[in-house]
Amino acid sequence: MTAPAQPVTLAAEAGTGGILLWVALPYVCLAVFVLGHVWRYRYDKFGWTTRSSQLYERRLLRIGSPLFHFGILVVLLGHIGGLLIPKSWTEAIGVSEHMYHVGAVVLGTIAGVATLGGIAILIYRRRTVGPVFSATTRNDKAMYVSLTATIVLGLAATVAANIAGGGYDYRETISPWFRSIFSLQPDPALMTGAPVLFQLHVLSALLLFAAWPFTRLVHMLTAPLGYLTRPYIVYRSRDTALGTRTPRRGWERTG
Amino acid sequence: MATVEEAPAGAGAAPIGRVMAQMAMVMNLDKCIGCHTCSVTCKQAWTNRTGVEYVWFNNVETRPGQGYPRRYEDQETWQGGWELNKRGRLGLKAGSRFKKLIQIFSNPRLPSLDDYYEPWTYDYETLTNAPLQEHTPVARPKSLITGKDMKIAWSANWDDDLGGSIDHGDKDVLLNQVSEKIKFEFEQTFMFYLPRICEHCLNPSCAASCPSGAIYKREEDGIVLVDQDKCRGWRMCVTGCPYKKVYFNHRTGKAEKCTFCFPRIEVGLPTVCSETCVGRLRYLGLVLYDADRVLEAASTPDDTGLYEAQRQVFLDPDDPRVVAAAEKAGIPRDWIEAAQRSPIHALINTYKVALPLHPEYRTMPMVWYIPPLSPVVDAVRDTGRDAEDHRNLFAAVDALRIPVDYLAQLFTAGDPAPVDAVLHRLAAMRAYMRDINLGREPDDAIPDAVGMTGEQVYDMYRLLALAKYDERYVIPPAHAEQAHQLEELATECSLDYEGGPGMGGSGPFGETSGGAAPIAVENFHALRDRQTSDTPAAPTEKATRVNLLDWDGKGSPPGLFPDTPSQGGDDRGGDGPGTGHDGKTEPKP
Repeated sequence: MTAPAQPVTLAAEAGTGGILLWVALPYVCLAVFVLGHVWRYRYDKFGWTTRSSQLYERRLLRIGSPLFHFGILVVLLGHIGGLLIPKSWTEAIGVSEHMYHVGAVVLGTIAGVATLGGIAILIYRRRTVGPVFSATTRNDKAMYVSLTATIVLGLAATVAANIAGGGYDYRETISPWFRSIFSLQPDPALMTGAPVLFQLHVLSALLLFAAWPFTRLVHMLTAPLGYLTRPYIVYRSRDTALGTRTPRRGWERTG
Repeated sequence: MATVEEAPAGAGAAPIGRVMAQMAMVMNLDKCIGCHTCSVTCKQAWTNRTGVEYVWFNNVETRPGQGYPRRYEDQETWQGGWELNKRGRLGLKAGSRFKKLIQIFSNPRLPSLDDYYEPWTYDYETLTNAPLQEHTPVARPKSLITGKDMKIAWSANWDDDLGGSIDHGDKDVLLNQVSEKIKFEFEQTFMFYLPRICEHCLNPSCAASCPSGAIYKREEDGIVLVDQDKCRGWRMCVTGCPYKKVYFNHRTGKAEKCTFCFPRIEVGLPTVCSETCVGRLRYLGLVLYDADRVLEAASTPDDTGLYEAQRQVFLDPDDPRVVAAAEKAGIPRDWIEAAQRSPIHALINTYKVALPLHPEYRTMPMVWYIPPLSPVVDAVRDTGRDAEDHRNLFAAVDALRIPVDYLAQLFTAGDPAPVDAVLHRLAAMRAYMRDINLGREPDDAIPDAVGMTGEQVYDMYRLLALAKYDERYVIPPAHAEQAHQLEELATECSLDYEGGPGMGGSGPFGETSGGAAPIAVENFHALRDRQTSDTPAAPTEKATRVNLLDWDGKGSPPGLFPDTPSQGGDDRGGDGPGTGHDGKTEPKP
């Protein structure tokens, strides 16, 4: 598929700006994401919760929350498929670029619209239902802005690329760049050529990941998948059940 | 102690599995006067914080009545507890693990605040601050959720003493299951009180419902607790508990439940509700049980067989084989001795007068009840006959089907036979002891009629009527060599709390982030905040509301008492430390 005409790039050139945006920033955000979670888990287990507001309001939540969460889970799967799996792999099993593109656009748009609709309902609920609004912290508001911006930009980038041109094959640029970050051979040049909406989407996502450990979004990392395999009844001894954190120095148990 | 048991279960054959000890409670409903002292002291001790304003770990319901939360016994709606699937295997009524995870984003079976009630306080400040006006100012109810004016429509005991039963008496779940006739005779029916706490079940469905595995049963004493550090607020436990005794703290976003006052139990003190019970109707003690038999007993095919099945899970602590097995399982010697003296064991297995609450939920509850004989006695007395005569009482128990059927719905999954037997035993005790108290020759035909000896009846009478503090509460303390571990376990956090942001305000991640404060610290701050807050129900500062229910009578929350203008203006400068604001709160006559 032909690449669209030279798009406007955010960084003027792949020089210093490009390196800062597409090499330095990702690593900083990644480090904050990982270390932030480690620190938060050690420091703030008690605050590590979904902080559900279902007790205050249930009718809107009943629609909005599953819509958003299932939507974003599909979006997550789509991102794994698009970013992590190299194009050559899918082509090796006979999936042509066109097939992939149609599938991704259809599934991505449905999931994206569900996610966006869900979060719209949830934000409307958060603002209009009194008890829910008064339980909303500034931290939550900042998180909502960041999350919504990322979703809107991502959806906008897909829609714009497909309406304006015949779609944008991010698997030639963004995906290899994404993988190059993790293979420790970052290639900022791949990103500088991407359309500006995609660039903005990536940037806002990076910032969201950096903020992630410090928001209520941490509940995602403790998604209770272990429930499927653990025994129903948990027994714990009083001896070993002194909370889940390590005792203070000098207070370790001796026996 | 002699036992009524006809066939000592497992005397010869049945092998004893893993012996575990369970701290359990029995309540004698005949003695409950519905004073709610247990509820209030429990609330003061455990749920006087914001986020749990609507929560009563202990509540007292008038039966017949809807209970708290409303109609919690309607498991077709709430899907609490366990059920047998088509293959006869035990599964959660609310569905499989997978189904629960699918529903995690919006739990469809979670009671809403309306099913409990919207907590409120009153705007007392208006009473003292209102300007001179034609009409007396009133203290409007303010919602503790929104902070706005509200209309009080329900509470945890709104239908106390059958209040309003003309309108909504038919909403009692059990009445719908009892025969039709009760509706027509409701006016002349009976009433009794049912105090409820967490059942600390042998097979807790709340723990089984918890996706995070945060709810656990303690190996030593069987108390079921929520690990506040592991709870992620998925809310499935609230659905899972058929007694609706797990609550969601809407401020911290974590589940909370009755703790059986374990910090007190561990040092040998009774729970707060037991300690303060005016009628002295609560008994505490250990029960030894065979953990390997719990699942089998909970899977008993017939609902009505569950009471007997659960009784068979309990072990006789006087049986030397049981003692040996218990010692092998690591239960300390003094705990075994406590189990032998346990009033719980006596009431459940020796005299067989205590029954489990809703055994049909299959959770193997461990707070049992002695059903009330008083509805029967009252009915006999109302006819003008001798309500102490065993013949009259026996006949009345057999004739008064409505109370018996209703009690059977509560305690034996609808089977009236065990309830009948218990009521006969209680009636026999009443009649037999009257002869003794009046100095007459005791009539041994009376205990014979209920399969007991006169001595057993007398022992039972002693335990039910005379038992002193240390006979009602047989609580072996946790061992002293573990003492330093027991200092502050209230929130299952260690002592690494150092003025962290978790207390009394907003941490960086929300209202309660940071470490969990030890209960003692939290209580101290809450009390201080309450006494120094500005407004009675400020929606912005939930932590500092004045709540008269919580007010301990010391200090003076601003706005509670009128300012005294003649104090000489600003007294900040020259006053000594002794004459602080406390001196000004003397209410004027």
